[in-house]
Amino acid sequence: MHELSIALNMVDIAAETARKNGGGRVETLYMKLGMLSGVAKDALLFSWELACADTALEGSRLVIEEIPVVVRCSVCEADGKLASINKLVCPACNSSISAIVKGKELEITALEIV
Amino acid sequence: MNTPRLVQVRENVLKRNDVLARDLRRRFRAAGVFVVSLVSSPGAGKTEFLEKTLAALAQDFRVAALVGDLATDNDADRLARSGAPVKQIVTGTVCHLEAAMVENALEDWDLEKLDFLFIENVGNLVCPSSYDLGEELRLVLMSVTEGEDKPLKYPTIFNTADVAVITKTDIAEAVEFDLAKASDSIQSVRPGMMIFEVSAKKDAGMSDWIDWLREKVSASKAEEIFENETAASAA
Repeated sequence: MHELSIALNMVDIAAETARKNGGGRVETLYMKLGMLSGVAKDALLFSWELACADTALEGSRLVIEEIPVVVRCSVCEADGKLASINKLVCPACNSSISAIVKGKELEITALEIV
Repeated sequence: MNTPRLVQVRENVLKRNDVLARDLRRRFRAAGVFVVSLVSSPGAGKTEFLEKTLAALAQDFRVAALVGDLATDNDADRLARSGAPVKQIVTGTVCHLEAAMVENALEDWDLEKLDFLFIENVGNLVCPSSYDLGEELRLVLMSVTEGEDKPLKYPTIFNTADVAVITKTDIAEAVEFDLAKASDSIQSVRPGMMIFEVSAKKDAGMSDWIDWLREKVSASKAEEIFENETAASAA
């Protein structure tokens, strides 16, 4: 389980961003979490309070937007959303894929500061 | 009371690691050292595979290894038998290696004196997937005792790896391992992935892997020379 260390990274980034943007208390942190990021949503939420303890983020809320995996088909060239992350083929025509377009995100998108 | 304000960020959570890994990759390339990392679950046979790989390459190349474990120097001791310089990274409670640990471990090593550097990650099929170590090639190993659907259970790590190695093939029959099924699982989560089947202990399939690696390295060196010459002639 590496979600706690991920959460600690996020707390650092958020605290620094808040400081650079005129200070204040971070109330909410919004993030995008891809289904192929290797980070589990529940474990990250579970780690959040612990990671924030005794920091500028204490008492903040973590809002996670889960991003499904989107692949590009090598044959029909369409982008399609996958129902499951362990079958990487075009969901429309079952052909091989040429790229993973979305689903690896692990990024902070916004902070709500008061 | 202040009104809440929204600050747009768009920052990768692992940016610090990614930046460090990029720096490492640049350093490795500049020094001409080809870096291969190994990930697998505990007990898949990373150390045995690496020991034999080091021994085979040591005949013609300058090789070295870093090996990560939660505790003990046992793996480093085993690998040192190959005669290659080996350093253990004891992570304590951390379940994966990060770029900073690799950087620290390399502090007193002269990269210019190496052709190959292998980095054996902590035995874990989950956490290492998120951390770029600056490697050129990431190997994921699975042994025949683990079940053919292992890749389907851990798609992310297979997806971040470049090459799959199926280990302990000498006991495949005894454990009724279905190679075709395992290959299908791998292709399902990482289409087009290169797969090697080896028994490091019985020295089966190892030469295929070593030959492929040698070829890969000479191709990447040729590409570098070409890029350098192109850059030079453009300047």
